[in-house]
Amino acid sequence: MNILKVFKDGILDENPTFKLVLGMCPTLAVTTSATNAIGMGLATTFVLIMSNVIISLIKDLIPSKVRIPAYIVVIATFVTLVQFVMAGFLPALNKSLGIFIPLIVVNCIIMGRAEAFAGKHNVILSFFDGLGMGIGFTLALTLIGGIREILGSNKLFGYLFFPHNYKPMLFFVLSPGGFFTMAILLAFFNWLSMKKKEA
Amino acid sequence: MEISKLLLIMVSAIFVNNFVLSRFLGICPYLGVSRKFDSALGMGMAVTFVMTIASFITWIIQIILNHFGLSDILQTIAFILTIAALVQFIEMYLKKALPELYKALGIFLPLITTNCAILGVTLLNITQHYNLLESVVFGFSAGIGFTLALLMMASIRERLELAKVPKVFQGTAIALIIAALMSLSFMGFSGLIGE
Repeated sequence: MNILKVFKDGILDENPTFKLVLGMCPTLAVTTSATNAIGMGLATTFVLIMSNVIISLIKDLIPSKVRIPAYIVVIATFVTLVQFVMAGFLPALNKSLGIFIPLIVVNCIIMGRAEAFAGKHNVILSFFDGLGMGIGFTLALTLIGGIREILGSNKLFGYLFFPHNYKPMLFFVLSPGGFFTMAILLAFFNWLSMKKKEA
Repeated sequence: MEISKLLLIMVSAIFVNNFVLSRFLGICPYLGVSRKFDSALGMGMAVTFVMTIASFITWIIQIILNHFGLSDILQTIAFILTIAALVQFIEMYLKKALPELYKALGIFLPLITTNCAILGVTLLNITQHYNLLESVVFGFSAGIGFTLALLMMASIRERLELAKVPKVFQGTAIALIIAALMSLSFMGFSGLIGE
């Protein structure tokens, strides 16, 4: 298994959001704007890489019966680190992401990768798996966040998108809009992979 | 005054700020375990049960952490470990003492540790400065709200099996469309309580 393939799988063929459909809570909750989405994506990427690296390093030391609690402690440690950095350097982002930063602990992508990948592979591969998955997650979140921000508040990264006379549809930044955008995008990616299979 | 405040917390957690439909907590089981009504009921009951007890215990742990001035550093780790341990204990206890209930809830219990709604409840209890009784009531009502959303979803999806769904929407996509409509209708409750 080579590094490039592991890295690419995370972004495309096994994209955590659109292909594996994992980590839906933060995906829907923080994507009211593209900025929030990127912030959440990067925070998750950091935790994902670090926990993958540490877990692949210590995998032989942990008895398999207590591996899940051990993984949780590793993940929670890095999440606490992220919480401190966010609160210290990015107070505005910290406030808008709120409770979803500590909730990175229970993001199923991280636990899933620890169990399915880092616990079985070496450090370098685990690092690139974490990086690929993290980037895949960040891109997916940014796409959803961008669409919701443009349609819902006529802005992208906080800047005006369409000229003033476009009236934004508030629906998209509210919770139903999150479900709806995700449903349409998921159907779109299903359609793409079906087309690919036919061809 | 106490009673009315508790009632307010209940209505708010069940309808106005429903955990699944408006706060986006616990989406994974909401989409994953909502294919059959019976399993949805089991999951909902297990979540409500754990949420109520977890609210009680983590509230006390927060007091202890505060006492030692460690709540900033250890809160996340302590809470998630408490929940994981709690789930394990409940599983062991039910297996011994109430095998009937264990049969009904058994397979759902291990899934609960990584259900973000549980950790979410315990963290919200702290950020909203609830006292012990309010925390427990909030935990219980959040569980009921979760169960309500899950049961509605399961009932719709059981009927959906007979419907013709376009190929690209089959599976999670159509479930998300249903969730969007459900969430839209739950927004009708938003005027109920001025926040």
